[in-house]
Amino acid sequence: MNDHSHMTANRGTEAETVAAGLASAASRYFGGPATIEGLRRESGGASRQTWSFDAVVAGQRHELILRRDPPTAGGREKASATSLDRPTEFGVLRAAFNGGVRAPEVLFELGVQDGLGEAFVMRRVGGIAIARKLLRDPPYADARKKIAHQLGEIAARIHAVDTANLPPLPHREAADQVAALRAALDSLDQPQPVFELALSWLDRRRPAPTERPRLVHGDFRTGNYLADESGVTAILDWEGAHLGDPIEDLGWVCVKSWRFGSIDKPAGGFGSREDLWSAYRRAGGAEIDPARAHWWEVFGTVRWGVICLTQAWRHLSGSVKSMELASIGRRAVETEVDLLQLLKEAR
Amino acid sequence: MAQDRPTASELLNAIADFLREEATPALDRSDPRLGFQMRVAVNSLAILEREWRLAPDADARELARLKKLLGSDGTLPELTRELARQLRTGERDERDPELMAHLEATTNDKIAIANPRWR
Repeated sequence: MNDHSHMTANRGTEAETVAAGLASAASRYFGGPATIEGLRRESGGASRQTWSFDAVVAGQRHELILRRDPPTAGGREKASATSLDRPTEFGVLRAAFNGGVRAPEVLFELGVQDGLGEAFVMRRVGGIAIARKLLRDPPYADARKKIAHQLGEIAARIHAVDTANLPPLPHREAADQVAALRAALDSLDQPQPVFELALSWLDRRRPAPTERPRLVHGDFRTGNYLADESGVTAILDWEGAHLGDPIEDLGWVCVKSWRFGSIDKPAGGFGSREDLWSAYRRAGGAEIDPARAHWWEVFGTVRWGVICLTQAWRHLSGSVKSMELASIGRRAVETEVDLLQLLKEAR
Repeated sequence: MAQDRPTASELLNAIADFLREEATPALDRSDPRLGFQMRVAVNSLAILEREWRLAPDADARELARLKKLLGSDGTLPELTRELARQLRTGERDERDPELMAHLEATTNDKIAIANPRWR
């Protein structure tokens, strides 16, 4: 991210390294010599890469995705403390897929001998994640009527995943999350009265710890799933997964920033909270307490505001040089506007 | 000493217009990633132009409100820090109408600079 020109200059070499590592790992997994075709980088910065490719084995084509953290080079920015490493993300995805969640099917992890760092391979799923297109473009008109319901159903499946099948995950309840946001604010040298007000409001009303902590996706929102003309095809971005209060996911998906302008449709820009909650119940999820859901929506709004500031501070601290990250700091005030509105509605 | 025209506002607008209308389309053709980054830059220039026009009055209003609300003197950063402390400890909360009026006025002035189209 901070050395784009350097990356561009070495892209040929890096792609060759990735292709070689994938060829040996795919040959082991499929049990025959694999040819790697159509390899290209999808997104991501210097760390947390996503690559798309086909593996051709004995004339059969497998459409695949590589998720990869390159081996740590000196001075690279440390991954966020609340993000899962790749092996844990692999385990969570496998448990979710086996539990019937619409998630990519993970196939195999790469080994040290493949030389690509912590990495795994999953099947490629069709669809796009770009919110602005899903919310406005003609091909998705039918999908738009379904997505709020589908998100409710999928959330119910995620929360029903047997926690015995999961790798060890952090357990974060409401109180831990409030404390974490206060700690994040304390690490920025900038007082934030509206966020402090909202965090104190949350602290005084925080829900009791869950009796049975569930798998929580942790970043369940528009922009983090793929959808096509038929609606949602796969839930992505599982590195925030943890154990905790399942309603956290239902509050987060309704945060106004994830409506991308369709502000009268709280459920990710596609429907009402009631659409989301009734689909959740029909798919086996628990009855939703509206006050608890509202608490998590207020929490999610502060969380996104604090993330905006934290992203800007990655630039301001000198750990990453990025105009894009710097500019995100000026988006925090959007959530201050939303928070004052939410607190007014709650009175 | 007053500078000659263009004013800061006029100069920032001239730069933003040039980057948006001439540089961005060329970048979109040669390197879409840079085209995206240029849109971010143009948006940030628009924030700076609004800040140059609106922030001096907004800061003065905020400081006057804070002095009255907290009943003490100080700079804008000092008083904001004290307000944040009182909100963390719960010495003040959302039941205080003067506090809420201050936070709404401050937030309205901030969003008018950062993103006036936010709803």
